[in-house]
Amino acid sequence: MSTSAYELLQVVLKAERARILSSLIRTCGGDFDLAEEALHDAVVAATTQWPRAGIPDAPDAWLIQTARHKAIDSMRRDQRARVKLSELGHTADLPRGEEEWTPIPYDMLRLIFTCCHPALNQEAQLALTLRTVAGLPTIEIARAFLVSEQTMAQRLVRAKRKIREAGIPYRVPERSEMPTRLEAVLLVLYLLFNEGYSASSGERVVRRELCAHAIHIARVLSELMPEAAEVRALLALMLLQDSRRSARSDARGDLVLLRDQDRTLWNRAQIEEGLRLCKEAGQGPSGGAYRMQAAIAAEHARAAEAKDTNWNQIARLYEALLQTRPTPVVALNHAVAVSMAYGAEEGLRMLGPLVDDLDRYGPFHAARADFYRTLGRLEEAEHAYRRAIELATNDPERRFLEGRLREVQGMAIPRAK
Amino acid sequence: MNYLLLIYEDEKALHARDEKTRNQVFQEYGAFTASVRASGQFVAGDALQPTSTATSVRVRDGKTITTDGPFAETKEQLGGFYLVSAKDLDEAISLAARIPSARFGTIEVRPIWNYE
Repeated sequence: MSTSAYELLQVVLKAERARILSSLIRTCGGDFDLAEEALHDAVVAATTQWPRAGIPDAPDAWLIQTARHKAIDSMRRDQRARVKLSELGHTADLPRGEEEWTPIPYDMLRLIFTCCHPALNQEAQLALTLRTVAGLPTIEIARAFLVSEQTMAQRLVRAKRKIREAGIPYRVPERSEMPTRLEAVLLVLYLLFNEGYSASSGERVVRRELCAHAIHIARVLSELMPEAAEVRALLALMLLQDSRRSARSDARGDLVLLRDQDRTLWNRAQIEEGLRLCKEAGQGPSGGAYRMQAAIAAEHARAAEAKDTNWNQIARLYEALLQTRPTPVVALNHAVAVSMAYGAEEGLRMLGPLVDDLDRYGPFHAARADFYRTLGRLEEAEHAYRRAIELATNDPERRFLEGRLREVQGMAIPRAK
Repeated sequence: MNYLLLIYEDEKALHARDEKTRNQVFQEYGAFTASVRASGQFVAGDALQPTSTATSVRVRDGKTITTDGPFAETKEQLGGFYLVSAKDLDEAISLAARIPSARFGTIEVRPIWNYE
């Protein structure tokens, strides 16, 4: 195959694979495997036909058309699929109840919602979304989740089998189901993003790509569902967090705290888009947890320097977030914001009731240590830093805390003498 | 597709339920059954006697071994079932959610094996 035809094929696949696949899965009556095989066959056909007959005017349409023929051929050969084919004959048009969503391209939405169907377990949802919506090869997904390729392949096989055998439909949820189903999709995207954002140790590069994939899918979803404020809010949140990527670690890969970051390294384009989306999301009728989190991230993004941060506003936002998401971790963040706004004494007081829930959570002890340090209670600070180091989950975090520990020890020695 | 909706509930809690609630749930079951019959989704369905009446049977080395009690001791016990016809899992799930016991126990939704 000539280089240009081959290169073009790669470009088309990279940009359009998910869209092509989403349409093929519908043609195949919701059968992911059949659609993937048909697409594979079409790609093989392209590698032989394009160099001979020339590159088609619309390469993506050519791939869809060819794959569709291949899929229908193999369905005709397969007894069970034949039944499905005759069923599809009647329902080639939009299923009932989805008319309201016109004129959005249903197939990508179908794909996203099916991958995140609550009848699949969460691991399966994440894997399937990465494989089919983001188009990541199985081996890369395996690396991202620190499991063997075989384990990940098994997980994907099981998920696709459940979709087929249990009859998980390939459709966009109806309006009445939409809130809960959308919540599941947003959670998958947020987990993907966080998996990449908190990437630790050797697999950092692969895992960081998860952030880009999560952002990309959220962007697609936001375009397909412009009326959904929570989608915009989540996209805003991810963009605002991702904008700090270059500033979050130093040359050694060590963690740099928000207040110590070189803010000129922040990605202005992402911040501007994030702030714009925040504003748009804020005009919708409902105020969910992602909107609150995005608003908090936006406050940080607006501060030109750490000392300009509006901690009073952030503390208020955490208080509001605590209403929708009353978890110990949110309460911890609230306490940190309050300490910044009103002093470490107040923050420390708020940590008291959280100790039972968060005693095994490193950031809890790190926050406590910081409060003690600020208040000059160095022995307690030292003790809390040690506990935080024990519980640290990645190397940069551990090194950072060890630095802090040495600092308070250095402060303590002259006092002891 | 056909789906078996297995109804699991805590038998102890079931027996401890007061008369009024019991009647109400009974009536709800009647209404649910009537509605799935009317919609043509009902294939079969019934309630089971409590697990105290269960007998488990195994054949090992050609010998039939019979033991008193259900297959496994669980927190919630199988107490009834519906066999329904639904166009996909979502429809089966929404039927399961309408079974009165879904509020107290758990409904397990299992697709019926397709031999075709």
